[in-house]
Amino acid sequence: MGKQATRLTVNGKAHARIVESRLTLADFLRHELGLTGTHLGCEHGVCGACTVLVDGRSARSCLMFAVQANGCDVTTVEGLTPDGSLSVLQQAFVDNHGLQCGFCTPGMLITLTELLRDNPAPTEDEVREALTGNLCRCTGYAGIVKAALDAAQRLRDRNGG
Amino acid sequence: MGAKHFGARVARLEDPALLTGRGRFVDDVKIPGVLHACFVRSPYAHARLLGIDVKPALALTGVHAVIVANDLPDPMRSESMPMLLPNPTISSLCTQHALAREEVFYVGQPVAVVIADSRYIAEDAAAAVAVQYEVLPAIGDCRDGIADGAPRAHSAVASNVLSTFQLAYGDVDAAFAGAAHVFEEEIWQHRGGGMAMETRAVLASYDAASDLLTVWSGTQTPHIGRRMLADLIGRELESIRMIAPDVGGGFGPKAIFYPEEAVIPAAALKLGRAIKWIEDRREHFLCATQERDQYWDIAIAVDEEGKILGVRGRMLHDTGAFVPWGIIMPYIAAATVPGPYVVPAYQLETKVVLTNKVPTTPVRGAGRPQAVFAMERLMDRVARELQLDRAEVRRRNFIQPEQMPYEVGLIFRDGKPLVYDSGDYPKGQATALADADYENFRERQRSALNEGRFIGIGIGNYVEGTGLGPFEGVTVRVLQSGKVAVATGATNQGQGTRTTLSQIVAEQVGCRIDDIVMTIGDTGAIAQGVGAFASRQAVNAGCSALLAGQNVRAQLIALAARVLGVNDSDIDLDDGKAVANTGNKPIIGFGELARLAQGIPGVSLPAGQAAGLEHTAYYAPQQAAYCSGSHVAEVEVDAMTGGVKIVRYTVAHDAGTVINPMIVDGQVQGGVAHGIGNALLEWMQYDENGQPLTTSFADYMLPMATDVPTCAIAHVETVNPLNPLGVKGAGEGGTIPAPAAIIAAIEDALSPFDVHFTETPLTPERIVAALRAAGAYEKLFAA
Repeated sequence: MGKQATRLTVNGKAHARIVESRLTLADFLRHELGLTGTHLGCEHGVCGACTVLVDGRSARSCLMFAVQANGCDVTTVEGLTPDGSLSVLQQAFVDNHGLQCGFCTPGMLITLTELLRDNPAPTEDEVREALTGNLCRCTGYAGIVKAALDAAQRLRDRNGG
Repeated sequence: MGAKHFGARVARLEDPALLTGRGRFVDDVKIPGVLHACFVRSPYAHARLLGIDVKPALALTGVHAVIVANDLPDPMRSESMPMLLPNPTISSLCTQHALAREEVFYVGQPVAVVIADSRYIAEDAAAAVAVQYEVLPAIGDCRDGIADGAPRAHSAVASNVLSTFQLAYGDVDAAFAGAAHVFEEEIWQHRGGGMAMETRAVLASYDAASDLLTVWSGTQTPHIGRRMLADLIGRELESIRMIAPDVGGGFGPKAIFYPEEAVIPAAALKLGRAIKWIEDRREHFLCATQERDQYWDIAIAVDEEGKILGVRGRMLHDTGAFVPWGIIMPYIAAATVPGPYVVPAYQLETKVVLTNKVPTTPVRGAGRPQAVFAMERLMDRVARELQLDRAEVRRRNFIQPEQMPYEVGLIFRDGKPLVYDSGDYPKGQATALADADYENFRERQRSALNEGRFIGIGIGNYVEGTGLGPFEGVTVRVLQSGKVAVATGATNQGQGTRTTLSQIVAEQVGCRIDDIVMTIGDTGAIAQGVGAFASRQAVNAGCSALLAGQNVRAQLIALAARVLGVNDSDIDLDDGKAVANTGNKPIIGFGELARLAQGIPGVSLPAGQAAGLEHTAYYAPQQAAYCSGSHVAEVEVDAMTGGVKIVRYTVAHDAGTVINPMIVDGQVQGGVAHGIGNALLEWMQYDENGQPLTTSFADYMLPMATDVPTCAIAHVETVNPLNPLGVKGAGEGGTIPAPAAIIAAIEDALSPFDVHFTETPLTPERIVAALRAAGAYEKLFAA
């Protein structure tokens, strides 16, 4: 199989690797870089567990090759809390029972991080619409939606409304 | 005593790691030099296996082995997988070989496995394995399977009807003969798969130095899995350790022991290398067990007032190609029909039919959603025919709380008479109706109709046998660090088992909840275990935690009292310390007590002192714990598109004593979401040849965030008198009555067109077809 060089930044750290052209970005993150927080639930772009930020936009890392991320800035769930504590959104997930098995959770957090950045005061319908790209089988979404709205409020309060 | 844990909304201990990408699922476990597996699977639903040519695959760079049935160790090479739940009515033992031998019975059945340097290479090589088949006629529909002259689903099994059994009590014929009214329904019900977000996963590694085979599996039942594996590969239990680390959802299908869980460890032993297999989603659709079709013909006999005299009928159950868990789902379905109602006479004949599809085993609800749907459709029919309110018909028939314990007249699947231990069904329904503002619904409906909107309301009531045995275990041990170790055979796929058990132990032992060090889902940590299914862990593991905690508490008090020179009754345990309530209130920490409990080398322990501040309790319930609930769904139906929006969903739930209301609410809400999927979306389709047609999330719909409303949930707690915590199960109740309530609501919304629905899933196409057949569009366009 053909190999290619790829250089990318992941969670602020630069990496240069020679990888198989067909290696997905998800497998690259998980198995080359050991960032196993990004999960694979379907490998066909529906479940959203593998969602990461590529140059600030949410993307399915199962539908992208690592070499396509050449030159990109990637953020995974591990990059949401560089100091190892919990972000406002993550704490809101704890407080509102936003996760059960935790498998879909990294994708949920990435999608909502993007949403709250772009829309600091989303309505419940906007939160639900944003989450249609992420499947959760455990929670029935109630805790996730509540956590997103709670986090939005806390972030607005912190930023002086 | 510090913070009260039991009964409180305690934040989950599981969360911080899972939220920061530090969870550890099977595919996250890294073993240097690990090889990767890909299975070669049958593309046919039924075929004779003529030959396998592995040479083209072996020729590829990076391929280490291609293993077929004859390469497997004894006895799994030739013996089929064990069946967990025998039943005397099963005519032929039908379980599969770990790798197929002469015949294949469903699309996706494993035929061979390729072991390679990477999953990518293994997939390339699997495609290069040349398997020769002779295609045989397949049974794709259980109704075809019972026809005269139907082909056999298994060449060696004479009849496709694997089991016929009847559950009955009372004089049903007399009840129907003397009834004022008899109503009959023909019902088709489909249930899909568990569809946990994490697919199945197995990693096996053999360490020759310790002669230990370690298997990580994304399973609900590691202790059962270890027993199965030991038999299949001929190893002692003690030389196998099975670990279920973080598991990304279970919902039933991960309670099964699968061929892959035997083949991957066998391959690891054979090659002397660690081997990992991570199921992909397509494989999950093909090979992870599901529930599927049931066809019910069921009738109800009532008097003039709508009081039930009897229920009788027949049910056909598509069991797929094998019965790894026996016939438990149709059995549970048959036993669940009477539900919360006084049904004086009952008879259901069930036929379990082999088809050439992946085997069925319990999915969240395990046959109960179907039974509840059948019974609740009958109750709605009675109400409509007798022009009674649907809630009123149910009220007239409820078992009353003063009738508890109530003997239904059947034997449940635990082998014990079906006796409801406790419950207040009238109160449950009244609570749900009040919270749903049922009283004012007709007014809401009228004003919606004036705006051209069709809204409807539906009710679903159920009783569920939970907390099934045989037992579960918990070990509690005080550590010299002062922390408290807890180990259990119970497992965690998202239920918050770690948190719930920690709440119980912390309360008993008197320590901080975060000072509990828990090992869960690891056969190395506790000798005996069973695992997660049948909403059983709060009852079984919860009571074990209570009993083990109480025992260690008594040991701590006795030792502290002796050391501090006071009476037992003077000792309080709090925050990891024993405090004497006398004199200058001397204190001793748990860590020091743990060291003292180890004794001094060569010196006898004081009389009455047990070794080590440790106790293991195995709680074994005498019978099932019967939880119950009432659901009310309010929907809006778009008559033009058949689209259904659930606008309001109300639950009153009785899970007995609630240990953590946040976790129980989460179970109910998640269960309802699963029920919404069953009611409206999820449909695993096959063609007449048994070829699966829906093998991606583009074809098989799961509920999304826009499909599931946030439920209003009320707890109606009736304490279970049969276990020391007073608890009942909570994991499946959310799912069970949801299809019944939702389909009833859709029918109610479309009542101006007089359409009747007796099927799930009820898809938009089928709603539109029913409206068209009823002439609805002529009326709508005329208006």
